[in-house]
Amino acid sequence: MINVALPKGRLGEKVYDMFEKAGFPCPSIKENNRKLIFENEEVGVRYFWVKPSDVAIYVERGAADIGVAGKDILLEYNPDVYELLDLKIGKCRMAVAAKKDFRDNTDRTLRVATKFSNIAAKYYAEKCRDIDIIHLNGSIEIAPILGLSDVIVDIVETGKTLIENDLIPFETIIPISARLIANKSSYQFKKETIEAVRHSLGEQVSE
Amino acid sequence: MIIDNALLKYDEESVFKLRSLYRDFGYSRYKMSKFEEYDLYVKNKDFLISDSVITFTDTRGKLLALKPDVTLSIINNCKDVEGQVQKVYYDEKVYRVSGSSHNYKEIMQTGLECIGDIGLYDVCEVLFLAIRSLNIIDDDYVLSVSHIGLLKSILDDLSIEDGKKETIINLICAKNSDDLALVCKDFGYSDKTVEVLNTFTNSFSSFNQAIEAFGNLEKGEESQKAYDEFKNILNVISNRGFEEKTVIDFSSVDGMKYYSGIVFKGYINGIPESVCSGGQYDKLMRKMGRTSSAIGFAVYLDALERFKEHENEFDVDVVLLENDSIDAVFDAVKKLSDDGQTVRVCKNVPDNIRFKRVVKLSGKELVTVCEND
Repeated sequence: MINVALPKGRLGEKVYDMFEKAGFPCPSIKENNRKLIFENEEVGVRYFWVKPSDVAIYVERGAADIGVAGKDILLEYNPDVYELLDLKIGKCRMAVAAKKDFRDNTDRTLRVATKFSNIAAKYYAEKCRDIDIIHLNGSIEIAPILGLSDVIVDIVETGKTLIENDLIPFETIIPISARLIANKSSYQFKKETIEAVRHSLGEQVSE
Repeated sequence: MIIDNALLKYDEESVFKLRSLYRDFGYSRYKMSKFEEYDLYVKNKDFLISDSVITFTDTRGKLLALKPDVTLSIINNCKDVEGQVQKVYYDEKVYRVSGSSHNYKEIMQTGLECIGDIGLYDVCEVLFLAIRSLNIIDDDYVLSVSHIGLLKSILDDLSIEDGKKETIINLICAKNSDDLALVCKDFGYSDKTVEVLNTFTNSFSSFNQAIEAFGNLEKGEESQKAYDEFKNILNVISNRGFEEKTVIDFSSVDGMKYYSGIVFKGYINGIPESVCSGGQYDKLMRKMGRTSSAIGFAVYLDALERFKEHENEFDVDVVLLENDSIDAVFDAVKKLSDDGQTVRVCKNVPDNIRFKRVVKLSGKELVTVCEND
């Protein structure tokens, strides 16, 4: 039995379709109910829906053998897992954004509002820029407008939310996409199945 | 008094078995202090699994650390003697940030070090002892082996700059061939280089397949030497019948700065992280001013805490109500205990433990007050 942690939401549904195509169907997952765990004993697969940012925790701690997590989460939490495949879906980018008239004044500490403190810290450390990280859990976009921060570091998909809040992306830190990850111990004992999943998903990605 | 083995927790039982195994192979016990001067760890931070160390100042103002690692202390106390090999084992508690919890933990660690004029036999003996250590914990195990000397010399052959090696090795450790290709493109490396590096992210179905894949790589003098050594070790493992439980996997090659030869990690089915890790660390020896070689491994017993855990249905067999003279109660306890039952004496029926039955004394007889199925 292979345990798969899927991120709740549209991305997870897309990923499940890829798994189904790869030969790991579990029709009950499409039933409209509030269940979170679905199993197809015949094929030997168990799926569970978890919060996207928790997928890596489930996999790192072995509750799931494999899972699909965004590169943003992997960079931020640095879990000790294998990163087997870039699924090339859920594409976006981690970017620095600020008000249109923002000019970086290197004479003073840059205030950075973000959900991704580690990514922001690493990015600016590489630039030797002194920053003050303001960790927020949501509505990051309003931080520069209210004068809470000079810039934000956040995920940008289309940039529409930024524009609506009078912000523009200034720099791209890194492109983001969904990744197939595996627990390092599970990989050793379920290698054939995990490699079969990787192979089949890989074929779908390159189609 | 005979000690019932069933009372031992699984990790405790494993420690005794591991000690016995290492002693059987002529390893001597090495007992050390819980504290070490912080300086030792600062100088060798890269060798530590986690670079966070718990420090405190002793009564004379010296900065000490709660031991986060054992190997450094052992090397610190060993001398280079030509033609001699020192073989020691230990079981100690170490204090460091644990992988998945990202917090400080007390970790029970046992392991061994083989230091001195070591040869192929010693390297293979340590590998076998790692394999047998895993087998003591459970027979469903895998030892993942690689050779850091081979990877490092191939990186040199490919003229990969020092500053870029760490990025590439991290991607190999994560089996992340997609990002490896992207990074190589960014660094301006050729497709041929990517192809060679991908050999190290691959999984191999057999030793022969791996030997062939690495054999086909273009090699310089150093990489050929490392390849030959790796091949010899794999042949010994194969000849001793351990190939089935051993895989070649270069994702275990972290610690590039200190390891020099064979590197390995052990996994048990059902435990989500590696329970054993080790390798040959000649570079660490050089850094610490020693001229000889060394190889060793550690088994992390905290990972076994929840492994094969079984919950007892009852906390105690019998609750004896204290309703008679002390002598009569003591006699009753002895009688029940001699019958092999566990007894707790209480004034009233306790509401916080699970018991099979409650008894009380009626004259010299024990009468059951209530019973649980």
